[in-house]
Amino acid sequence: MNGPPTLSMFRWIVVRDLTLAWKGRVDVLSTLFFFLIVVSLFPLGIGPETQLLRLIAPGVVWVAALLASMLSLGRLFANDYQDGTLEQMLLTPQPLYLVVLGKVVALWLVSGLPLTLMSPLLGIQFGLSSNALSVLVVSLLIGTPVLALIGSIGAALTLGLRGGGVLISILVLPLYIPVLIFGAGAVDASILGSGGQGSLSLLGALLVLALVFAPWAASAALRISLE
Amino acid sequence: MNLYKYASPASFYPLAGRMIPWFAIPAAILFVVGLYVGFFIAPTDFQQGDAYRIIFIHVPAAWMGMLLYVLMAVYAAIGWAFNARLPSMMASALSITGAMFTFLSLVTGSLWGKPTWGTWWVWDARLTSTLILLFLYIGFISLQASIDDPRRADRAGAVLAIVGVINVPIIYFSVQWWNTLHQGATIRLLGKPTMAPPMLGAMLIMLAACWLYSIAVVLARLRCIILEREQNAAFAAEAST
Amino acid sequence: MKEMTWSEFFSMGGYAFYVWGSYLVTLLVMGGEVVFLLRRKKSLRAPARRSLENRGKQ
Repeated sequence: MNGPPTLSMFRWIVVRDLTLAWKGRVDVLSTLFFFLIVVSLFPLGIGPETQLLRLIAPGVVWVAALLASMLSLGRLFANDYQDGTLEQMLLTPQPLYLVVLGKVVALWLVSGLPLTLMSPLLGIQFGLSSNALSVLVVSLLIGTPVLALIGSIGAALTLGLRGGGVLISILVLPLYIPVLIFGAGAVDASILGSGGQGSLSLLGALLVLALVFAPWAASAALRISLE
Repeated sequence: MNLYKYASPASFYPLAGRMIPWFAIPAAILFVVGLYVGFFIAPTDFQQGDAYRIIFIHVPAAWMGMLLYVLMAVYAAIGWAFNARLPSMMASALSITGAMFTFLSLVTGSLWGKPTWGTWWVWDARLTSTLILLFLYIGFISLQASIDDPRRADRAGAVLAIVGVINVPIIYFSVQWWNTLHQGATIRLLGKPTMAPPMLGAMLIMLAACWLYSIAVVLARLRCIILEREQNAAFAAEAST
Repeated sequence: MKEMTWSEFFSMGGYAFYVWGSYLVTLLVMGGEVVFLLRRKKSLRAPARRSLENRGKQ
């Protein structure tokens, strides 16, 4: 008797991870609060002048999104690794690619997406126009999944290692830089009036690339970390 | 001659030892020649004065930083794909020298930028990409340093290096994009002076010198890595008796 | 046009700090790499080397 068909395995992983995230929702919420707090720190550090805030808003929101995404990565594989479930997942006949993709989707639904939905509020705090706000949301909508996908590689490589979160940051933040550039760049361009479509399409290209390669690399990394 | 016997660390070790002087001594000679040509034969630049002479180390260092990263990724990939130890050890040996050159190119770039463009740091495409490359090196080195099991360290490093090397063109492109987006400062930053032949010659000689130096130093480090792993394996064997 | 005197050479058209500073850093960093490597080699124990050589001869 074969295991469950591939698609329902994928769905099962997403539902399972979402259920677990709901059980540990305090953790999830704290990532969101981290995002809010970090963004609010910048005006406090720089000053309330509206013109300046409007200029720095895209970069600030995006950097905070990067950091928050990175924090959430600790939840991706660590718990399953500790209770042995991850090893079981490696033994299923289904491709590990789908397991990883399922977990990443669940992670994004629970951290990247809420962050994206919160961003208009933060954009308003920084005085962004409604046009810039909509570009901000779209850029985060496309970009945060890329962050989760790239981050999964770092999380898989550092399973069980000392140095924990800081090590993931060192590995993953340089790889995040193109996402940051295109994401914040799209919003910058819309503020300057030159339109963010170019940056957004490049962001979309990164998403496609990440969807194809990242789960594969993360699967390879999982096997390496678990053998 | 059966080359495959050198695939084992134990037999490559003495070969590497014999190879090192053949690279170290020519490297030293070429450094002297290159600097001589650069300082005594190449003329003073019309625009940048004598400050431009920094490029004789800055540009070769930058190229070595990039070259060694690619090489590191290639060796790591080979070690992973063929499940061979020596190429993986080679990747680890390359990483530190590569990081060193990248760091050097940043420092010399900064020292070149100050008299030429007035500031210690400029966010132009090349310097920024070099900085990110340094981060990539640091990531690779940190990852390997955090993993105790050498084979896991080898393979994890391979994944990271491959992901990194695929990302390097993406990063470079995105930094170019970022630079053109923010065209406030329209300085043609860190442009090389129009190259008289002695200038180009000096730079190429220095590049060759850095290349030979790298081979010598990396082989020496490789030998240390081989010994260290041998030592750890012996301890492990002893501990289990 | 070559430097005419040694003092002109050392001052590098006023850019002495930058030019010589760069090469000094280069010397320190590359020299440091070599020094660290020698120390690393010295700290390895002789038995490891011997056992490796024995294995190499097989």
